[in-house]
Amino acid sequence: MEDEIELKTAPADFRFPTTNQTRHCFTRYIEFHRCTTAKGEDSSDCERFAKYYRALCPGEWVDKWNEQRETGTFPGPL
Amino acid sequence: MKTIVLKWLFLTISPCDAAEPWQLGSQDAATPIMQGIIDLHHDIFFFLILILVFVLWILVRALWHFHYKENAIPQRIVHGTTIEILRTIFPSLISMFIAIPSFALLYSMDEVVVDPAITIKAIGHQWYRTYEYSDYNSSDEQSLTFDSYMIPEEDLELGQSRLLEVDNRVVVPAKTHLRIIVTSADVPHSWAVPSSGVKCDAVPGRLNQISILVQREGVYYGQCSEICGTNHAFTPIVVEAVPRKDYGSRVSNQLIPQTGEA
Repeated sequence: MEDEIELKTAPADFRFPTTNQTRHCFTRYIEFHRCTTAKGEDSSDCERFAKYYRALCPGEWVDKWNEQRETGTFPGPL
Repeated sequence: MKTIVLKWLFLTISPCDAAEPWQLGSQDAATPIMQGIIDLHHDIFFFLILILVFVLWILVRALWHFHYKENAIPQRIVHGTTIEILRTIFPSLISMFIAIPSFALLYSMDEVVVDPAITIKAIGHQWYRTYEYSDYNSSDEQSLTFDSYMIPEEDLELGQSRLLEVDNRVVVPAKTHLRIIVTSADVPHSWAVPSSGVKCDAVPGRLNQISILVQREGVYYGQCSEICGTNHAFTPIVVEAVPRKDYGSRVSNQLIPQTGEA
C-alpha cells in the first residue's frame, strides 16, 4: 500500500473523562444504531459513529451485541 | 571473541527498557509520565534521606549517651513547648513539599490535552494477549488483530530475554499520542510496561483507558501484573515503538494478509 494511513481515532469525549471507558464504547455503539434507525441503513453520517465504536469496543463485545440485537435481547436503549 | 566484544559494547550503550538482574533503580523513561515518576522519586528520596539521617542520629545519640552505665538516673522530662511546636510544624512542611509535586504529577496524568491519534486495544487472556488495531476497518470485522504469546525458553535466540520475549509485538508509532484500552476476556490481568510508566488493570467487562506518548523508538518490555492463573509469569508484553512513517507501512503490510483471509 502506498497511501499513508491517516492516524485518526475516536476523540476524547468530555462525557467520559475518567479511566473507565466502558460506557463510552457502549454509548457510541448505541448512537450508531440510533443514527441508522433515524437516517437509514446506508447513511454516511452514521459512518462516524461506526468508526468510533469500532475503535473503542473489543471485537468480541461488538459481535455479542450484534447477536443480541438480532435476537431482540440487546440491553440498551436502541 | 569479536561477537562477544560487540555484544557487550552494544549492551553497555543501550537504554534499560527491560528488567536487569540485580537492578536497583527504575528503568529508563520512555514517556513523559515515567520521567515525571522518576523525578518525583528523586524529590521524595531527598527528604527521605534527610529524615532517615536525622532519626538515626537522634536514635544512636540517645542510645550512646543514655546507656544505664553512663547515666544511672533517668531524666523525667514530660513537656517542652518549643520542641513540640517545631516537631509538628517541620514534618508538616516536609509533607507539603512532598505533596506538591506528587499531586501535580497525579493530576497531569489524567489530563487529556490532545486527542489521541491511535487506539489500540490490549485484551488479556489466559495466558496470552490479543491486540486489536481497529481504527481503519470499514465493517465490523477487525482490520488488525493478533495474539501475542511468550516465546518459550527452548525457542529463544541468542541475545533474547527469557520470559520477556513474545512472537508478535505491539507496534506503535513513536512521538504520537496513543490511547490504549485495556480489558480482559476471562480473569483479571494487568498490562504493565515499566519504562513507559504504565500499569493498568485488565478487568473483564470493563474498558480501562490509558494515554501515553512514547518519546523514543525502542523495544519496551513488561509483564502481567495481576495474578491470573498458572501461567501468570509467562504472559509478557513487548511494545515496539517505530518511527511514525514506518508505522504506516508496518500496519499496511499486516493489513493485507489479514483482509485477504477475512
